[in-house]
Amino acid sequence: MIIALLGNPNSGKTTLFNQLTGSNQHVGNFPGVTVEKKEGMIKGQKNMTLVDLPGIYSLSPYTAEEVVTRDFLLKDKPEAVINIVDATNIERNLYLTLQLMEVGVPVVVALNMMDEVRANGDSIDVQMLSGNLGLPIVPISAAKNEGCAELVLKTLEVAREKDRPRGLDLCQGEVHRAVHAIAHIIEKELKATGLPSRYAATKVVEGDPITLSKLNLSKSEMEIVETIVSDMERNLDTDREAALADMRYDFIANACKDAVKKNGNSRELQRSIRIDEVLTHKVFGIPIFLCVMLLVFFLTFNVIGKFLSDGFSMGIDWVTSMIDVGLSNLGINEAVHSLIVEGVCVGVGSVLSFLPTIVTLFFFLSILEDSGYMARVAFVMDKLLRKIGLSGRSFVPMLIGFGCSVPAIMATRTLASQRDRRMTILLTPFMSCSAKLPIYATFSAAFFPDHAPLVLIGLYVGGMVMGVLYGLLLKSTLFRGNPVPFVMELPAYRLPSAKSVVIHMWEKAKDFLVKAFTIIFVASIVIWALQSFDARLMMVSDGGDSLLAAIGRFIAPIFVPLGFGNWISSTALITGLSAKEAVVSTLAVLTNAEVSMLPQVLGAYFTPLTALSFLTFTLLYMPCFAAVAAIKRELGGMKYAAAAMIAQCGVAWIAAFAVYQIGRLIVGG
Amino acid sequence: MTLNKLSPGAYGKIVAVGGEGALRRRLLDMGLTPRTRVMVRKVAPMGDPIELHLRGYELTIRLEDAQKIEITEERA
Repeated sequence: MIIALLGNPNSGKTTLFNQLTGSNQHVGNFPGVTVEKKEGMIKGQKNMTLVDLPGIYSLSPYTAEEVVTRDFLLKDKPEAVINIVDATNIERNLYLTLQLMEVGVPVVVALNMMDEVRANGDSIDVQMLSGNLGLPIVPISAAKNEGCAELVLKTLEVAREKDRPRGLDLCQGEVHRAVHAIAHIIEKELKATGLPSRYAATKVVEGDPITLSKLNLSKSEMEIVETIVSDMERNLDTDREAALADMRYDFIANACKDAVKKNGNSRELQRSIRIDEVLTHKVFGIPIFLCVMLLVFFLTFNVIGKFLSDGFSMGIDWVTSMIDVGLSNLGINEAVHSLIVEGVCVGVGSVLSFLPTIVTLFFFLSILEDSGYMARVAFVMDKLLRKIGLSGRSFVPMLIGFGCSVPAIMATRTLASQRDRRMTILLTPFMSCSAKLPIYATFSAAFFPDHAPLVLIGLYVGGMVMGVLYGLLLKSTLFRGNPVPFVMELPAYRLPSAKSVVIHMWEKAKDFLVKAFTIIFVASIVIWALQSFDARLMMVSDGGDSLLAAIGRFIAPIFVPLGFGNWISSTALITGLSAKEAVVSTLAVLTNAEVSMLPQVLGAYFTPLTALSFLTFTLLYMPCFAAVAAIKRELGGMKYAAAAMIAQCGVAWIAAFAVYQIGRLIVGG
Repeated sequence: MTLNKLSPGAYGKIVAVGGEGALRRRLLDMGLTPRTRVMVRKVAPMGDPIELHLRGYELTIRLEDAQKIEITEERA
């Protein structure tokens, strides 16, 4: 039995989902779109699958989230829908409920946050409201796990009896007349589509393009429909969309008039307004946000995350050395030994040591998200990102990109629209991640010892500038359509629930582990094989004879116009794909130098100008495999990820080319 | 007048919602329908967007979108 969970964002949907299913969850995407689909089995019930649909405000046909939800309700036909409604903000939340009633699926309303309503001295007459709406309503408090058992029982009953919303006439007057007239006209075409009659007629009145194209009405029928609608518009002195929105809100106002008793703003809202006097303050708002992010970064990358990571990598090193010793004692074949120790253990191990950092980062991020602060960040920073066609919401993932692209890309899940999510994913790798720092440090020490900070700042700013340019390019090509409007709720601040934070961290850790043991595992073995064998598949002792070096020599001519056409740098760039730090260690191996001696040796292969060009290329070219794996998952396919990677390498090539050629004109090389 | 002209703390009643497509639909869906009372809570630090109070909750929209909403100012 499939039960769908549907509700507005910030209505406590995730909390309820976690209460009902526990940690037994499966996260994926809806096919073909990067919209999250979470499923879980309801606790204590046999065979009841709960599908968490995207948090939306309306079933309008515009965003990917809304379309996915509509399709799910109409095509997958869940046995029942649990519609979670925030009782402290009931009017706006019931708007979606009304649209669900139009669809005609069996619905149970879970009236959430009833504890807050009571604490405010407000009251909701659930019986009366249920009668007015023609729907079963169960009052609950998801955070306190009150009423959840009753909700499950009610849902089971509704699903078994296929208890659809009672045929209350939602519409009045002019809209009513139009809906009924049109229901008759489309009767014939309706059969083929399998859409509920009432729903289709309402959508035709609304002018919904998806429904209209499904119905495929004849020309004469379309003319009659248009006449009916324009009569309605004239009589109401408004247009079709406003007429329906107005009608729904009127219906809600009537249904709530006697059932809902409210004395002014809730305590939660009053508290939020006071908190916002500080957090979104005209002068202090932005500095406070920067301090918060700085603190999160500091704690993640310098204190907690680093401490855990260091411990974790000590453990990995220990395991690796134990395996190393064990295999030596057993006298295992040298190639297999090398594969296991140098390929698998070192490759996967170096990526695994990121895990604690990522989990720590998501600990802080889920607190910021669940508390409601992220919406304020979007409010405060929106103006900055608008120029490249994004909204303030994308600011946080990009900022995290300076630490590590992997969690940054994973963090785009919180963005409200598929378009913004995709675009942010494509822009995040332009924020120079912390693993590239050793490369910058080595080259600065070798070629620009007096201007190291300047080079560093130049690279970071250069990355951001390229990101902005790339964003502008995307905005005017791939993402040309209208951006999703920035009309965003600022939810009341709430204490995040420990359960939600823990489940969120676990989800991200699992996601990362799956990546580490699939794509990164394979990539490590491939890189190891290329590094260890020559063209006749003999193990090599000198790195310069390996297949990898051969590939490096083969692709080196591509980099001649950039000034660093030597095979050593191209080989280093390839190993950099497993992790960016590997660029430095590969350079050291191939030049037979200690890493600490590299600055002295590199002069033989680079001039200051070609070094700058090389740094520009490393800054911008495709991110490491872990990040590519994250991009693939979030973009929903290797095809998109591959296209994104090729585009990024292209951008890097062009930028490095410009640096080298313009530099040559200036210094006269 | 239009909603973007309303100063922080002032109330207005919506007369008509302009614009088109996804934006207009979103404004209507979020409850910015004719005859709704709105209050401008504050302006973001960089001067845009603005925070509104309506139907018992807080909503933020950009000034260029607020410009498409026709209102009459009301006394609090």
